[in-house]
Amino acid sequence: MLATNYRGPRRIRVDNDIPIPEIQHPQDAIIKVTRSCICGSDLHLYNGNVPDTRIGSIFGHEFVGIVAEIGADVTEIKLGDHVIVPFNISCGECIYCQQELYSCCHESNPQSTSVSGIFGYSHLAGGHHGGQAEYVRVPYANVGPMVIPNNMDLDDAVLLTDIVPTGYQAAEMGGIQKGDTVVVFGAGPVGIMAAKSAWLFGAGRVIVIDKEEYRLDFVKKYANCEVYNFLSLEDPVKFIKQTTDWVGADVCIDAVGAEAAGDALQTITGRKLLLHAGSATALQWAINSVKKGGIVSVVGVYGPTGNLIPIGNVVNKGITIRAGQASVKRLLPRLIKHVQDGIINPKELITHRIPLEEAADAYRMFSDKLDNIIKPVLIPPTITL
Amino acid sequence: MKNINNDYSHIKGWGVDADTKNDPTYPIQNRKNGPLKYERKDQKLQDVNQEVLYSNERPYVSAVFGLGPEPSGLNGKLRRYAFQHGENEYSHWLPLLLADRVNAIEGIVEDIKNGKLPNIIAEKGWPAQWKHDKVGLMKKLAIYAGITAGTYFLLTRNKK
Repeated sequence: MLATNYRGPRRIRVDNDIPIPEIQHPQDAIIKVTRSCICGSDLHLYNGNVPDTRIGSIFGHEFVGIVAEIGADVTEIKLGDHVIVPFNISCGECIYCQQELYSCCHESNPQSTSVSGIFGYSHLAGGHHGGQAEYVRVPYANVGPMVIPNNMDLDDAVLLTDIVPTGYQAAEMGGIQKGDTVVVFGAGPVGIMAAKSAWLFGAGRVIVIDKEEYRLDFVKKYANCEVYNFLSLEDPVKFIKQTTDWVGADVCIDAVGAEAAGDALQTITGRKLLLHAGSATALQWAINSVKKGGIVSVVGVYGPTGNLIPIGNVVNKGITIRAGQASVKRLLPRLIKHVQDGIINPKELITHRIPLEEAADAYRMFSDKLDNIIKPVLIPPTITL
Repeated sequence: MKNINNDYSHIKGWGVDADTKNDPTYPIQNRKNGPLKYERKDQKLQDVNQEVLYSNERPYVSAVFGLGPEPSGLNGKLRRYAFQHGENEYSHWLPLLLADRVNAIEGIVEDIKNGKLPNIIAEKGWPAQWKHDKVGLMKKLAIYAGITAGTYFLLTRNKK
């Protein structure tokens, strides 16, 4: 089959001689992929920042597809079903899944005790191959996959596997009260969704900070929010204080993670020298911009070691930090309804539809933010666009 | 796990201020009261037919796991060393990062051995960058050329 093949930092190729995956466990399914996305967090892998990313890995944790084969114990989906597959691999039975902490399942990732298995996200997340391929093996097929409603566009469905629930959970974790001022750092797809979702929880003012003008223009229209380019601000933290009557925002959301720009020390030590787990500029700004007693919600992805963040300010300001990989399975029913009711229109984020064969170009474009790209979708050659 | 006595009557006022709504651990929706003990249910286990390194902070391989590339060669040795150390230790993560870099070089060697010359230009997506950002690509190539020339100069200077 055709599949992406990671060859080293900033090197991806697409091979056509990768074996089609086989059932390995009675609860496995094999899914024929119809859409897969490149996620901002894939760029951490692409850039070589995630430890235990092995050559030959197939990336991709955002995908939908048709059930092509099922294991003996699979009862919740059947052959031919078109399914949304959450990016987290969850058994549904362990003590974490039972608490609906699906992103922390303990039975899908032998390599790390911090996170569940994630499709196509290195051996740090269980060594599972991903969906930037024609076929993918999906463990625990009775738990994760959900049949796509008949009237739902596939482009909407594929964004429900990660970025919509992640953005929504970012806002939800903010504990937003009616009238709150919410600042979202990052105008990538997750930041855009977080800004959109903030209104659903009753925010009174939503501000998005980024450096890419085209993304700020997009989110301004898509989520009706205020936008500011930090390149034009002397100090984004001072600006937030100033624009909130010198108090700070009620809620700040880090929707960037380890690839953040904006601070030379963070960039050089975190991204270039890998002396810590990525550049934590967005988190630093979030902590310093939130009001005393405020809430910082973190969905940006960081590496497993340490980061330079002002933890002293967290203590002194009495900040609550909430964080987590999205619990996709828990959120899906609610978010499917929001899409069906027209409250959220995820597919508007898709700016580029690219053949799977051109994945290397797609990664470069997404990584370097070329051609005003916001969200690229990869289409396997056997699927009609 | 320690045997914990559930009788707290000897602690004056124990639990009088407990408030279930005061729960900042947001993603946990169905809180289970502790102390929790990790017990595997009667889950069926995936057969272990390849080398699976697993964290020393857990007692056994998870019920399912991915079949991504196995550790092999020098990168495999580094990864096996890394997994002797806990996730809390840099002696776990740094060898893994080093292994990834070694693995990238081993991958090129293996490709060549298999008669597949890596197309670095295509793999790096430079055609897309040429199409959308010629100036950026030219700058990048100029920097690479400068670094290569500088390194060559430094390495050959003493020989002359």
